[in-house]
Amino acid sequence: MSHEPNDSPIDHPEMDANRRRLLQGLGALPLVGLPGVALAQKFPTAKVNTTGLAVTDTEVIVGQLHSATGTMAISETGSIQAEQLAIDQINAMGGILGRKIKVIKEDGASDWPTFAEKSKKLLVNDKVATVFGCWTSASRKAVLPIFEKENGLLYYPTFYEGLEQSKNVIYTGQEATQQIIYGLDWGAKEKKAKKFFLVGSDYIWPRTSMKIARKHIESVGKLGSVVGEEYYPLGNTNFNSLINKIKLAKPDCIFAAVVGGSNVAFYKQLKAAGITGAKQFLLTLSVTEDEMLGVGGENFAGFYSSMKYFQSLPNENNKKFVAAFKAKYGPNSVIGDVTQAGYLGPWLWKAAVEKAGSFDVDKVVAASPGIELKTAPEGYVKVHANHHLWSKSRIAQGMPDGTFKVVAESPELIEPNPFPKGYQ
Amino acid sequence: MKGISMTFSDLLNIGLMQGFAGLSLFSVLLLMGLGLAVIFGQMGVINMAHGEFMTIGAYTVYMASVLTEKIAPDFLVYYFPLAILLAFCLAFVAGWVAEWALIRHLYKRPLDTLLATWGLSLGMQQFFRTAIGPKEVSPTLPDWLMGSWAPMEGLDIPINGMFVMALTALVTALLLLALYKARWGLRVRATVSNRVMANAIGINTKKTDRLTFAIGCGIAGVAGAAFTTIGSTGPTSGSLYIVDSFLVVTFGGAASLLGTVASAFGIAQTQSIAEFFLSGSNAKVLTLMLVITILMIRPQGLFAAKVRR
Repeated sequence: MSHEPNDSPIDHPEMDANRRRLLQGLGALPLVGLPGVALAQKFPTAKVNTTGLAVTDTEVIVGQLHSATGTMAISETGSIQAEQLAIDQINAMGGILGRKIKVIKEDGASDWPTFAEKSKKLLVNDKVATVFGCWTSASRKAVLPIFEKENGLLYYPTFYEGLEQSKNVIYTGQEATQQIIYGLDWGAKEKKAKKFFLVGSDYIWPRTSMKIARKHIESVGKLGSVVGEEYYPLGNTNFNSLINKIKLAKPDCIFAAVVGGSNVAFYKQLKAAGITGAKQFLLTLSVTEDEMLGVGGENFAGFYSSMKYFQSLPNENNKKFVAAFKAKYGPNSVIGDVTQAGYLGPWLWKAAVEKAGSFDVDKVVAASPGIELKTAPEGYVKVHANHHLWSKSRIAQGMPDGTFKVVAESPELIEPNPFPKGYQ
Repeated sequence: MKGISMTFSDLLNIGLMQGFAGLSLFSVLLLMGLGLAVIFGQMGVINMAHGEFMTIGAYTVYMASVLTEKIAPDFLVYYFPLAILLAFCLAFVAGWVAEWALIRHLYKRPLDTLLATWGLSLGMQQFFRTAIGPKEVSPTLPDWLMGSWAPMEGLDIPINGMFVMALTALVTALLLLALYKARWGLRVRATVSNRVMANAIGINTKKTDRLTFAIGCGIAGVAGAAFTTIGSTGPTSGSLYIVDSFLVVTFGGAASLLGTVASAFGIAQTQSIAEFFLSGSNAKVLTLMLVITILMIRPQGLFAAKVRR
């Protein structure tokens, strides 16, 4: 079973020679591709594609819609890479229903109307079978009406605020309650936190997340009290006054959802003001391995992050995933939570298509609930009827070298609950 | 903050730290505004790429830290001041080239410089993204720049804040000296007050313009380098500062360096105090409203240069 990362399909396009070894290597994956041609004959195009999608006897065209340029490129690059890696691996196994996946990449350029326009192009002109894409909630909201009108299918990788469920979207990241409630309960139990100070950037995701957090702290979970709740404009780089307020309030736990360039400034200034992991318990929803590059390990050391995936997860699936990712994108590349969620998209789609025996969006959507992925780097995930994933939640502590050490994991898969009762 | 008992010394400490926070923001705003004050204030060029020249400085520090770590790890303690000098030089050269290639053709069309420099800023952002990578990076800072100075229990003064403050004082002093005591300053002031006459008495105004623009960009580079200690370094980091930079310079009165200082101080104190008593976003709203109100009463800004036009 063990194979060097260099044997991975990506580095050997002449795959026939390597197929046997390769199949061994990928043997743990759920559905091993049979030789392509025979499979394609078993599934004639007229049957697997009744709605005029871009599916031929040999290939199926999918779309990828992220920001390769503009301010969001910093975050979306990882998703682009992970989705491409998954697609390459699937192709190396023989593709889906005997058809190779061909990707049309579109650049949303960090601009929401551009996302809408490009999604229309992918669905109407290119007739793609599915789209892997979007990162911010704003971009998802911009393309949602188009996916619903044109009956497209979108795999969305980012953890987000919830309060949404579309027939045409599969959400492969965590919705807010999955990420927040386990983290807060853990902090209350393990760190004896009773007084919480909530800090976020001023837009929909932090505000919705903090609303859930406050409800959970004060009424539903009865963990203690909220001694401060603060929002700063996106791009704010000066947190000294906030830090003084935190010092005045003396919270047991700083609960943070600061994003972007502000994120870096926040942790650098916390450290400079003497608030370090050794003295203060801080739990954040918005620092993954990607953000750590900018924040700097020495500024985040000792603080905690609540995510479903960390690069250091010790399971076998993840070791293979990390090795393949580094083989393709270089030894210094890092993998954050959303990157892993992006990687799940093509695999979940493959499983759903194979279960449905068709590329038709309606049939794939109908087949999706209940799809399991035992090969997921995060361990095991299952698609819920509400199109979100059952997944475990984890807490990890930042190390001075910029890596994360996982310190806790929810014992069970957490049910996605995008419309949480009692939290509105 | 109900139900929390504070001792007197706690409150004193918070008060001191809050006072320092205001001064620290003042020096940050002043440092980011200085370069623009030279370019916008003295030359009237609306330089939308100001933030990107700051990013050049930030990346210079990052590159310097990477190189130092590779070649001479022992030198890591000392590299930072040299990296700031280097940041000035690189941003200066970039500014020189930008003036030669773009800006000098547009002096008679000030609104077009706005579009041109905005285009330049987008181009530079994409260049950083392609050449260095879209992800944010973090230079390894020497230990002496990190953490806080704690003269007593409960009182933490950020060292990076003190560093930025000292650097701002130095740059401001040098700039004032250069503008009011050096030949270059004389030429700049002559060109600003009457270009035709300056030309007539033998001042090479084209050369003066180029040097002025490059010096403004160089100072932006220094600011960007200094801000690696408090903020982020990425392709779009510059855009975090551009609005505040223009705010400081416009509010201060475009042609007056002293106005820039006063305006940075006013904005910083207002914002810092407002942030302490209001929420972050509301503090920003309050600050902007005050600035706008004062600009309505005094459209020329706090300090207007007395120039006959």
